[in-house]
Amino acid sequence: MYDNYVFLGLFLIAAISFPVLPLIVARLIRPKRPTPIKQSTYECGLEVIGDFHVQFKIQYYLYALAFVIFDIEVVFLYPWAVAYPELGMPALFAMLIFLAILAFSLVYDWRKGALEWI
Amino acid sequence: MDIFLIVFLVVQVLIITLAVTTGFAYLTWYERRLLARFQNRVGPNRAGPLGLLQPVADAVKLFFKEDVIPTASDKVVYLLAPVLAVMTAIVIWAVIPFGCFNLNGDHTACFDPARRDEVWNALQVAEVNIGILFILAVTSIGVYGITLAGWASNSKYAMLGGIRASAQLISYELAFGMAVLSVVMFGGTLSTWEIVLAQEGLWFFFPLILGFLLFMISATAELVRTPFDLVEAEQELTSGYNTEYGSMKFALFFMSEYIKMIAMSAIATTLFLGGWRFPGLETLGDGVAALAGPWPAAIIVGLVSLGSFLLKVAMFLFMLVWLRASWPRMRYDQLMQFGWKSLLPLAILNLVMIPVVVVLVPDNRYIQTAILFVLGIAAIFGAARIGGRGRVKSKVELVQPVAEGKQASAASSAPASQQTSGVAS
Repeated sequence: MYDNYVFLGLFLIAAISFPVLPLIVARLIRPKRPTPIKQSTYECGLEVIGDFHVQFKIQYYLYALAFVIFDIEVVFLYPWAVAYPELGMPALFAMLIFLAILAFSLVYDWRKGALEWI
Repeated sequence: MDIFLIVFLVVQVLIITLAVTTGFAYLTWYERRLLARFQNRVGPNRAGPLGLLQPVADAVKLFFKEDVIPTASDKVVYLLAPVLAVMTAIVIWAVIPFGCFNLNGDHTACFDPARRDEVWNALQVAEVNIGILFILAVTSIGVYGITLAGWASNSKYAMLGGIRASAQLISYELAFGMAVLSVVMFGGTLSTWEIVLAQEGLWFFFPLILGFLLFMISATAELVRTPFDLVEAEQELTSGYNTEYGSMKFALFFMSEYIKMIAMSAIATTLFLGGWRFPGLETLGDGVAALAGPWPAAIIVGLVSLGSFLLKVAMFLFMLVWLRASWPRMRYDQLMQFGWKSLLPLAILNLVMIPVVVVLVPDNRYIQTAILFVLGIAAIFGAARIGGRGRVKSKVELVQPVAEGKQASAASSAPASQQTSGVAS
């Protein structure tokens, strides 16, 4: 049983070495003649003006916060999802209440305008 | 563990990673050929017969390209990002059962969940009992590769692409996770192997039709493919998060995208289309076993199951290419609205529907399926009606003929002027 986790670990090592190998091979065989112009930031082909630390919208944070809340709530659902047919009606009702809270928080976000992209 | 097992495992891992990479290379060929057909072109056909050597030529080109690292970039993260992206794309494959080739030489164990310990499957690396959680966790890590690439490049467009990517991916991950959760609810297990076995005689596509639709939409968004390819909207963002990447590092991003595409198709196959199952597979195995003994039966079942799995995956890939060929890109606000205001409520509805039906309806899979299928279809059409209500009806208006003198100035807007001249003549 736990062997499978060892296999998973081995596969992880293979998966990490897999993208690293071509990078090393390419480093050995490709030309390398850097110049300051070549190594400047490309962006859109013109000379770079200003800092890259652009301001971005506050909405990104709102979505991120909403995501964290919903994602954690969904994580709570997983153990229940495997076991609920044996647990019967009480567990079902408990989880329906939980899902109602989930739906309510979505409605709340919606009404408060957190899901509006301005 | 004895030494033989370790050697076997290393070979298995090598074969699977190589197969996945070859799959990636030929997926680019497959996509380019198909897209060309959709657009009434021929597509790559010079390198080798049918252009089959095109991926090799591309790979060689990218290997020999000079590697330019912008001086402004954060070098460690800049190098780490593509590695992270590819790693997450490949590691998903560890838990997906490609088929069932029992190396203990007994094909019947493949079809019996109770005899799981008797199956030594050559076509799956690791059969862990939390396969689904593993898939979800790994797909979430994939976001980091893209976001870090955008951040480390120190370039405005890359940065914007990275931020957009993270916002889009987390938004659709919710619907994705909930769609996968519906499979866990109906299958009653978190192991990919058991989910495939639970689909005996009944692919989860039918009871979970709403979940399947949600899964396909959010998976397309997770893959940042049309119509959700805002991350790489080249008209606005040059090339998005990989603007500053070149040579092999760009190839790695490209690779991660396409490997993820195959992986998502494989997950969809496993969860909804019965994985490696094929109608009559067990009967076929029994027949071969009666004629030629257990080992040929195990081999035949292994090959047919692998073939059936690959066929289903190829079908999903075709669908993804078809989507790309026929859909325009959404606007960013539409994208976020769709994810949060359409998919998420539907996903919650789906999560309510399934346990209620499973608990209330007597223990008969087929009755449950019929009810869930009808409910799912009703939900899809209901959502389409409600969602379509606010849509602006587009009216086709005839273009006003432009006066002679203004024609020259109107020529700058090409489509309009063409239409006017068409009307005028």
